[in-house]
Amino acid sequence: MTSSPPTKDEKEISSYGLQRRNMLKFFGASAAIVTIGASVASCKKDDMAANDTGVDLGSGDVGILNYAYALEQLEAAFYTQVVATPYGSISALELEYMTDIRNHEVAHREFFKAALTAAAPTMIIPALEVDFSTIDFSSRTSVLNTAKAFEDLGVTAYNGAGQLISTTGNGPTYLGLAGKIVSVEARHAALIADLLSNGTFAATVDANGLDMARTPAQVLAIAGTYIKTKINASNLPS
Amino acid sequence: MNFENIINEIEKVDPEVYERFDSRRGAMKQFANLSGKLALAAVPLAVASMFSKAYGQTPGNVNNVLNFALTLEYLEAEFYNNIVGSPGYLTASAAAQGALTKIKDDENKHVAFLKTVLGAAAVAKPTFDFTAGNGSNAGPFTGYLGSYAVQLAMAQTFEDTGVRAYKGQAPNLQSNRTVLTAALNIHSVEARHASHIRQMRRALDAAIPPAQKPLKPWVTLNYSGITYSPAADAAIQMSYNGEEVTNQAGVNIIGLGGAFNTAAAASEAFDEPLTMAQVLTIVDPFIV
Repeated sequence: MTSSPPTKDEKEISSYGLQRRNMLKFFGASAAIVTIGASVASCKKDDMAANDTGVDLGSGDVGILNYAYALEQLEAAFYTQVVATPYGSISALELEYMTDIRNHEVAHREFFKAALTAAAPTMIIPALEVDFSTIDFSSRTSVLNTAKAFEDLGVTAYNGAGQLISTTGNGPTYLGLAGKIVSVEARHAALIADLLSNGTFAATVDANGLDMARTPAQVLAIAGTYIKTKINASNLPS
Repeated sequence: MNFENIINEIEKVDPEVYERFDSRRGAMKQFANLSGKLALAAVPLAVASMFSKAYGQTPGNVNNVLNFALTLEYLEAEFYNNIVGSPGYLTASAAAQGALTKIKDDENKHVAFLKTVLGAAAVAKPTFDFTAGNGSNAGPFTGYLGSYAVQLAMAQTFEDTGVRAYKGQAPNLQSNRTVLTAALNIHSVEARHASHIRQMRRALDAAIPPAQKPLKPWVTLNYSGITYSPAADAAIQMSYNGEEVTNQAGVNIIGLGGAFNTAAAASEAFDEPLTMAQVLTIVDPFIV
């Protein structure tokens, strides 16, 4: 079957960016792997594409939206787990904060899912597999350090992605939406930093008083530790 | 709303404001026409739309936005310069004093940075009246230097307003990618400051309306989380109106992903922008 010419279905799956190896991983997930969000509706073995460049985020503004969707999937999955299995010593205040942040990150994830489904239904990336095997969810230090890494990463990702959004069409609207989210991530980042060490809310700030920005490649290299699904960001705007 | 005051404020940061409306008389006439036709409640929106037309894609727009940002940073920097070391500040814990000093340093760095970027085009620092008395030095925040609680309430409002102000200008900076990224990198720092000040206010537990507790590092609905005096509360509330939005780009956020996403959570998950005109209205009483 794999030697037959591509069918329309195959092309569609291919443009989805969900490749054979990841499709197999996706459905062959072991107990340690958490899958999140919507799963792919159907997957006949005939429909698999041959190359394995990973889940393609796509190009243009849709690519940036998929990039943000990927990061929000990661954050939402993390806090969902934190709230489901809070570390033993968690205080009522810290649980309140973790629950709030979980709510916000799930809202972000679901917002991007809805917006992408409306704007580019054939281009939305699937639910990603996360890999939290390096995180000890029973340890406050492990959880908060991971939370800090994710929030700071999110801030730098949105700060760096702003300039990659188009200046025409829906671009300015998308930039506005990214702006609405990034400041909430920064509020989270400051809170988490303060929980680890009070007063370190803006320790990331440089000599000019500025936060950092990172390119998608820099962000995904860091996030990759926690995302099992291979992501192809090579078509994103630069 | 005093439209003439707003225009005067803008003239301070953008001497060419009248050209954008054709002329001073044109601006006043346009506004008079508008306000004659509209219910008072609709006037701010109509004014905002006049400004967005005037400032839409004008050449030199980037410098205008940067001067607007510089004016806000002058305000924040001078505010923290005034309170650090003040009698109210000296009643706070060492940790609180350290945090306010850190924020003071960041805001002064923002001023220096923006002045460097703007070079000769940078506007001069205005004269401020932090009592919000428009120069009378007898406004609703009179005595702020003696009260740590009032200082924190003002700091929270300035930081949250700063976040909304930068957010509103981001789309106007898209023509210059370097400047846009720098502005975004300041925007998130203001949000970090706001988050910490809100934690400080929660710990102090002073001047927070009981119905708006607990005060969180993020903005819930349109709650300021501040009650001080009727005049002060009214001034502060302008910085929070519009934050209660729960629909983003046509997507209803309430209930998304689970029942835990209530209207409160949905509003917290997204911060909302303010237009330049809205911000100038808010800061007008502080600028002499």
